[in-house]
Amino acid sequence: MRTVNELQTIATQVRRDILRMVYAVKSGHPGGSLGCADFLTALYFKYMKHNPSTFELTGNQEDVFFLSNGHISPVFYSVLARSGYFPVEEMATFRKLNTRLQGHPTTHEGLPGVRVASGSLGQGISVAAGLALEKKLNNDNSTVWVLTGDGELQEGQIWEAVMFSKHYKIDNMIVTVDFNQKQIDGSTGDVMGITELSSKFLAFGWEVLEMDGNDWNSMDTVIPQAQAKLGQGKPIVIIMKTEMGQGVDFMMGTHAWHGKAPSEEQMNSAMAQLPVTELGDY
Amino acid sequence: MRKFEILGSKDTRSGFGAGLLEAGQADENVVALCADLTGSLMMDAFKDAFPTRFIQAGIAEANMMGVAAGLAIGGKVPFTGTFANFSTGRVYDQIRQSIAYSHTNVKIAASHAGLTLGEDGATHQILEDIGLMKMLPGMTVINPCDYNQTKAATIAIAKMNGPVYLRFGRPKWPVFISEDTPFVIGKALMLNEGTDVSIFATGHLVWKAIEAGHILAEKGISAEIINIHTIKPLDIDAVITSAKKTGCVVTAEEHQMNGGLGDSIAQLLALKMPTPLEMVAVNDSFGESGTPDELLVKYHLDSQDVADAAVRAIARKI
Repeated sequence: MRTVNELQTIATQVRRDILRMVYAVKSGHPGGSLGCADFLTALYFKYMKHNPSTFELTGNQEDVFFLSNGHISPVFYSVLARSGYFPVEEMATFRKLNTRLQGHPTTHEGLPGVRVASGSLGQGISVAAGLALEKKLNNDNSTVWVLTGDGELQEGQIWEAVMFSKHYKIDNMIVTVDFNQKQIDGSTGDVMGITELSSKFLAFGWEVLEMDGNDWNSMDTVIPQAQAKLGQGKPIVIIMKTEMGQGVDFMMGTHAWHGKAPSEEQMNSAMAQLPVTELGDY
Repeated sequence: MRKFEILGSKDTRSGFGAGLLEAGQADENVVALCADLTGSLMMDAFKDAFPTRFIQAGIAEANMMGVAAGLAIGGKVPFTGTFANFSTGRVYDQIRQSIAYSHTNVKIAASHAGLTLGEDGATHQILEDIGLMKMLPGMTVINPCDYNQTKAATIAIAKMNGPVYLRFGRPKWPVFISEDTPFVIGKALMLNEGTDVSIFATGHLVWKAIEAGHILAEKGISAEIINIHTIKPLDIDAVITSAKKTGCVVTAEEHQMNGGLGDSIAQLLALKMPTPLEMVAVNDSFGESGTPDELLVKYHLDSQDVADAAVRAIARKI
């Protein structure tokens, strides 16, 4: 089991990867990626039981993760590469012609670690619930994880999936909502309020936990609590508070970095705040 | 003109129901989902035989498509069932991203397609679904013509890997394809060899094309009638070979001209071998309430319309 220090080191390198990928092609989504870097590091390097070197699309007998908010592909690609799904050098091809690392994740070019395309929002919980149901039909006791944005909860399909998951007692799935309260056009409260989120999930019959996705103590408390609730007849959601742009001072506290690349000067400032780790840049 | 024995009168959706049950018996990975239309889709037999493999999705088609994609990722062969309208337009983006682009092995079973849905009217009479589905890269599009062919098509698509759109209808319709006729995906079925005009028909309009063949025979016109059950991938050789032989073409379908079978064949012939072509299809219009027979007459999809189109096509031959 990795220590918190080791995980923090990985997360710092993941943040460097995110910014270097986005900076190289002057496009992509750094804000939400940075906010979720700690959580995805925790999942891929501590909590999920998965087989990076022998990737099978079906995910039979292993824990599976779906990224519903596909625009935060930089953080997804970094944790996949760093955990061994594909060579870290391939991150240099992000968003470039003929790459497997498309702007939004896809199975189309056969990138190991990706099981469905995402990018058009609102579809991930449905797909995850389907695979979770498939695991139940096969008596496969592994867990399906799925991450959604909070703005994404404005999509109606989300609530169809939330209703479905309770009806079918999908208790082998843990949904995490990236609750950073920001979306492209501004704060979620201003754009389209998603108020009383915990109450909404509770009213749909889910187990609801709350967590700080940028605090290792909080994650090491709440993630095991969520796992302990598996198999009890209810779907599980973790409302995960994060800071968009976490780790880079000028990217925090604003929605401005949702989908924008830094300038050279900004990049230098960001890299100075995230010193290279022993893992090394790709 | 070959005589076709009418083997019965059955709805194509019942062919789907029977095929689904058989596919389920043959492969335990076959599962079925339905959005609150189990009886309409004739899925009860499957549901009763395999209750744990039947998933009632409620009136939430977008989620149903995503759940089907997830089941397919794990290795199941999911069939989704709802009306053609709710199987396509309502869930186009879900199909595009989670099924077509992700190439998940989902079979989209779409009933009550076209005008012959009848009295429910235009909200439910989708005439654009073939176009929507055939535009998606990697999507196979099949529109069988009778009970037996729909049953055979259902069994065949369960065995192939990849997304499929299977379109069928509501009304009782003549059964004329024998039970033992093999269903080969992507392979056109020659129904009547002829020399003066090629009629390419799909779905319910195949029977209308056969009736038209008799009308034409009385006028001394020899019609070649070919059943295109697989609109995508289109059997290019069958179309080119027949069009070359007869020199003119009629297409017949219960769909808009835009985006349908006629559109696919017109494109093919324009690119490879320009040939006079007439289309029997709905011309940029919504449907309306009425009986199936009344609607086919009003919207010019009846056997006489197919015969008239053949005469026009022949007149355009150089």
